[in-house]
Amino acid sequence: MSSTALMGDVLSAAEAGGLGAARSQMALSLGWHIIVACLGVGMPAITVFAEWRGHRTGDVHYRLLARRWAKAMGVLFAVGAVSGTILSFEMGLLWPGMMGTYGQVIGLPFSLEGIAFFIEAIFLGIYLYAWDRLPPRQHMLTALPILVAGVASAFFVVAANAWMQQPVGFQMRGGRVVAVDPWEAMFNPATPPQTVHMILAAFMVAGFLMASVYAVAMLRGRRDRYHRLGFLVPFTIAALVTPVQIGVGDWAAHFVADNQPVKLAAMEGVFDTARGVPLHVGGIAVDGEMRYGLEIPRGLSLLAHFDPDAQVAGLNEVPARDRPPVNITHWAFQIMVGCGFALLALSAWLGLVWRRRKRLPGTRWFLRAAALSGPAAVLALESGWVVTEVGRQPWIVYRVMRTSEAVNPASGVVWGFVVVSVVYLVLTVATVYVLRRLARDQPVPIAPQERDVAEFKVV
Amino acid sequence: MSLPEAMLAVLWIGLTAYVLFGGADFGGGVWDLLAGTTRRGRPQRDLVEHSIGPVWEANHVWLIFVIVLLWTGIPPVFAAIASTLYIPLTLAALGIIARGAAFAFRKVSVEIWQQRLFGATFAFSSLATPFFLGTVAGAVASGRVPAGITQGDTVSSWLNPTSLISGALAVGTAAYLAAVYLTRDAQRAGDAPLTEAFRRRALVTGFVVGVLSAAGLVVLHADAPALYSKLTSGSALPLLILSVASGLVSLALLMWGRHLLAVRLTAALAVAGLLWGWGIAQYPRLLPGVTLQDAAATDTVLSASLICLAVGAVLLLPSLWWLYATFQRDHPQPAEQADGPTHGDSGT
Repeated sequence: MSSTALMGDVLSAAEAGGLGAARSQMALSLGWHIIVACLGVGMPAITVFAEWRGHRTGDVHYRLLARRWAKAMGVLFAVGAVSGTILSFEMGLLWPGMMGTYGQVIGLPFSLEGIAFFIEAIFLGIYLYAWDRLPPRQHMLTALPILVAGVASAFFVVAANAWMQQPVGFQMRGGRVVAVDPWEAMFNPATPPQTVHMILAAFMVAGFLMASVYAVAMLRGRRDRYHRLGFLVPFTIAALVTPVQIGVGDWAAHFVADNQPVKLAAMEGVFDTARGVPLHVGGIAVDGEMRYGLEIPRGLSLLAHFDPDAQVAGLNEVPARDRPPVNITHWAFQIMVGCGFALLALSAWLGLVWRRRKRLPGTRWFLRAAALSGPAAVLALESGWVVTEVGRQPWIVYRVMRTSEAVNPASGVVWGFVVVSVVYLVLTVATVYVLRRLARDQPVPIAPQERDVAEFKVV
Repeated sequence: MSLPEAMLAVLWIGLTAYVLFGGADFGGGVWDLLAGTTRRGRPQRDLVEHSIGPVWEANHVWLIFVIVLLWTGIPPVFAAIASTLYIPLTLAALGIIARGAAFAFRKVSVEIWQQRLFGATFAFSSLATPFFLGTVAGAVASGRVPAGITQGDTVSSWLNPTSLISGALAVGTAAYLAAVYLTRDAQRAGDAPLTEAFRRRALVTGFVVGVLSAAGLVVLHADAPALYSKLTSGSALPLLILSVASGLVSLALLMWGRHLLAVRLTAALAVAGLLWGWGIAQYPRLLPGVTLQDAAATDTVLSASLICLAVGAVLLLPSLWWLYATFQRDHPQPAEQADGPTHGDSGT
């Protein structure tokens, strides 16, 4: 980005202080919720797997893990439910211009998401609180609706976001939506790659984050079976998903290359349309060109279109006011891809050692890396969403409505952002504190939520 | 019934469910706030926690349901309400975060100071959240939210007589419903002193809510005469009468101290009558100069959503029933002895 363009950005940001504040608030609350949401999608599956293994083998360690995870799930699901609610408020509080016009076009996936979330909440209540009231098999069955509804929720919400990338299924007349095909809108072209990418990401984030906790414990010397299983079960699930995710990521990137060329140009820092375009690793965009990066000749043409001489459209195809911020999009993309491949390497490391020796790699460096796998997965998740959302700018609905047209023009939006930031800071501190306490608690209650049996000591 | 009307009816059913179930969860928090010192309030707080723990998240989803149906069914109305009333709605959203998170945190906290801190947050936000949501209802009812994006006054739209009385009424209703439900829960648990304590609280708050409702009518008469005249005449009147009658019956039953299960029904009817009376009195005018027909989404959207909701209801209603039934049943013996390692049991 040229310094004059940067200057222009700063000036227009100052003019539209509300827009910057609204975007920051949305980014904060979405970026926060998505981590908890991933755990909400992935954790029940991992937990019920442990419960099932415990039931099958009678191995008490699996049962203890299932209970421990279920207890954490109770906390995480609560903060997930409330941090998700504020998002539905914010759709209207921050973006009334979009919702007033297009709310009905994306209404169907959100209605379906409402149903899915309802089922999730109902069965989670039963799963967590009726642990000791139901026979084990019936209890495990109550987790099935949670798994299905969790994945379905992720699908519906991301389908609505996909519509913002590929808005189809509606007709406008005089600034009003006059005809809608809600199914076409929901199953827009961006829905398949985006939803699959996100659902797999949820399992990676949940698996690697859970494994990280036990990797840290093992580094501190707790290497008993309980901790080894606590590490291996979630890590294996996430490790199996990782190679698939990289393939799906490639699919998603091809989709962007074909359907959102400006976003791809920003992701890769391509300014001029050309054939045989190199791939930039690293680098900073200054004055309309990429500098200081490593260039792999023809790499981008080959990756994006399977042809080393393929033409790749550059940012200069569109006027400056229609371009997303290049450096943010480019770096977010690099970070996501970097984390993805690092996690793949880590997964392969464990896989190879396990095949030969049926045990964890002996070096502490493996556990150190594994302890970082959770944060790395979260970093990849957040950067991926930055690519998706910042890369779509300046549009809120791609090539249909600008973000600046959608924002709430009220003057106090900036203060709203300040207050929301403070609340989220406190919420983060409290959540981390409570989860750390939970991880340290020695007695594991038999039912994860019931006070009357909370003193029961199993170990 | 046209598609927009059907959508509005479903939306209002969702709102009613949220007030009756989600409202009571907030009311539980209000009683937590008023339960007294840590030691003296312990039995009350335990009952509140035990009663709302398994169900509050499911009850809370009704709110999300209402919001989604607003933007799906009547998008311009949603945009007008959310933009003009962004201050009370932001405060309500933050209250929701504080309430839910603090409740979950308190549950897993073991030290007294943590339980106090999270408990106070839970209790205070349980008071504040329904108040702000009530002011939003008052703003819409008194016609202070014009069509368009942020066209109304962002302060006086919700700081006015109708909004303030609606906010107070929302808090009172939540506390009243919670007291009525908890009376029966305490009775089922066989705790006579606690039953008596909540019965008295239900009686007092029932009386207060009745007075607030009457005051609300006086305020409406002065502040929103159009709504007042429609509420006290024509099709909304029977609902108002139903509400008043159910309220009086509830008070009588509570005073008598018998049929505490039936009071749940009459108390809920009194609240639902008020909600539907308001809805019918305002129908079909949603905002000043905006009727349902003006604001409704296209028929394809409405029919697709309604069909999905009908299918969803087939899944949801039995599940909800099971949830409530599981936790309203008396606590049975643990299904499996201590759920310890059962080596012989591999029957899956």
